[in-house]
Amino acid sequence: MSGGIRFENVSVAYGATTVLDRFDLGVEPGEVMALLGPSGSGKTTALRTVAGFVHPAAGRVRIGGRDVTGLPPYRRGIGMVVQQYALFPHLRVEENVAFGLRARRAPRREIPGRVAEALELTGMAAYARRHPRELSGGQQQRVALARALAIRPEVLLLDEPLSALDARLRSGMLAELARLHRELPKMSMLYVTHDQVEALTLADRIAVMDKARLREVGTPQELYRRPRTEFTASFVGGANLLPVTVTEGGILLGTTRLDVERGESAPGAGATLCLRPHLIGLGEGPNSLAGTVREVQWRGATHRLHLDLGGRTLTADLPELRTPPALGERITVHFAPGDAVLLPAGIGADANPRTAPGTSPQGALTGAGRADG
Amino acid sequence: MLVHSRKGRWALWALFLALFLPLFALPLGVILAASFATHWSGALPSGPTTANYQAATRGSSLQALGTSLATALGAGLLALLLGGWSALAAHALGGRRRRLMDALFVLPLAVPSVVVGLAVLVAYSQPPLLLNGTPWIVVLAHTVLVTAFAHQSVTAALGRLDPAYEQAAASLGARPWYVLLRVRLPLLLPALNAAAGLCFALSMGELSATMMLYPPGWVPLPVQIYTATDRGALFTGSALAVVLMATTLAVLLALSRLRNRASYR
Repeated sequence: MSGGIRFENVSVAYGATTVLDRFDLGVEPGEVMALLGPSGSGKTTALRTVAGFVHPAAGRVRIGGRDVTGLPPYRRGIGMVVQQYALFPHLRVEENVAFGLRARRAPRREIPGRVAEALELTGMAAYARRHPRELSGGQQQRVALARALAIRPEVLLLDEPLSALDARLRSGMLAELARLHRELPKMSMLYVTHDQVEALTLADRIAVMDKARLREVGTPQELYRRPRTEFTASFVGGANLLPVTVTEGGILLGTTRLDVERGESAPGAGATLCLRPHLIGLGEGPNSLAGTVREVQWRGATHRLHLDLGGRTLTADLPELRTPPALGERITVHFAPGDAVLLPAGIGADANPRTAPGTSPQGALTGAGRADG
Repeated sequence: MLVHSRKGRWALWALFLALFLPLFALPLGVILAASFATHWSGALPSGPTTANYQAATRGSSLQALGTSLATALGAGLLALLLGGWSALAAHALGGRRRRLMDALFVLPLAVPSVVVGLAVLVAYSQPPLLLNGTPWIVVLAHTVLVTAFAHQSVTAALGRLDPAYEQAAASLGARPWYVLLRVRLPLLLPALNAAAGLCFALSMGELSATMMLYPPGWVPLPVQIYTATDRGALFTGSALAVVLMATTLAVLLALSRLRNRASYR
């Protein structure tokens, strides 16, 4: 079995609303692909077309090279884990895990072994005789995972699997999922999430989605270091998005000349400078910017400063300061030329208007706020 | 608790009793008292006796109790099957056709039961559908009357059933039949049980349609009570009524114990 998922221009519409617009994406066998986007971006819809619970208005879905677009869910050979676990409350843990094997009429004597194997894989072997209601949320999610894995699917679909867990459990489960991926290297995983940390941690590649469309696909490093759209820049990692002018001589932010790689931007055009808050340093240096301190937030390991740069807000995350600046104080910050990315205006226009150039400082604030996940 | 002050709570209790006693407790208490009486000319019954019960648990009365139980169990079971099936079918249809089917199945609620009795009588009095004169026509009429309740309670439970369970089952490779038998019906079990209890209780007490239809040799207990009181045997009628209440209550209690065992969350 080759595995892998292929979306071929899949569109889904409910009445007049298009919830997935010509979605085209391939997930390689053994690859972890994260579908990352805000709620309503169509990421869950995309996953559900693979599961067979949503029927595309146009386009095809293939699993392992096989066209499954017209197949009912039970003939698709997928494993699926959803946010609310959906464990069968009337069945014990082991019966839940055996459910898929029984439904597919697996040889009776193989079932106990495979149930034990799946429970072992998720560390739930000790709970086989319990009912779901006797388990904590994290344990239930592990059982749901074991239930999906017991049928040895080519493709595992995960729909916000960690959203219902608290922060500590979430990072534990994230490590578990990464381990599972190493132990089951042939299985493709499609991981839907709105949490960029989950996507960055787990995925081989991330597909960024917004407003029913695929915006950008790339490895986590590519998307984080070299985002190609403002939406990606702000959604993956959080960023300051500053409108700049590209001239023959260099990049101008207001009247300040900056030393940044020009990339594909043509002189004379507008562009957006994407600058990660944590790559900004205090004091003079290359690319110095002077601003007035509007707000200081102490976050333990860092201080987050909001600076007023002549009408634009710049968010800077600095390692904890011994004497944080006072409100209204005028300070200078800088960033290394290689740490900023210039987004050409043409591609930037495709992005979320909320983070587009010239919006209120609030836009930059929320963009940067996501840096904590 | 909604009311916090001690006085307020007492006032509420008083109001509750003022409403509850005359509406519910008094009639039932009077029946109970009458069932042990030989005379009732003053404010209170007199001449305590258990003779009424001896009459009520013997001969034609005992037979009537058996008839009622058989009718109610039969009609309840049939209604559960039909109502459950129709609710599942309507749920699968969705949209306008679902509403149409729901409306169709609650129609017997809107029609007076005497009319339902008459309709069944007229419909099944001619060959080839000749059921008139057999016990089946009573069971049939009761089924028509109580299926609406089964349909409604199963519909309500289906609405509350999280589709995530069915979808999880389907994604694991379970065909629709398998999902129905192994996931949906077990999860609906409490609702099915409650529906069965409701149908049974309604059928046990059904009089008006039954009066139109009952054949000789198949006299349910409510008819027996009616004829007893009609010929002036008020105290025997009361004893029969208590027997009817107690039997219905006992079956309902048994069902609710099963239900408690079957509820998972």
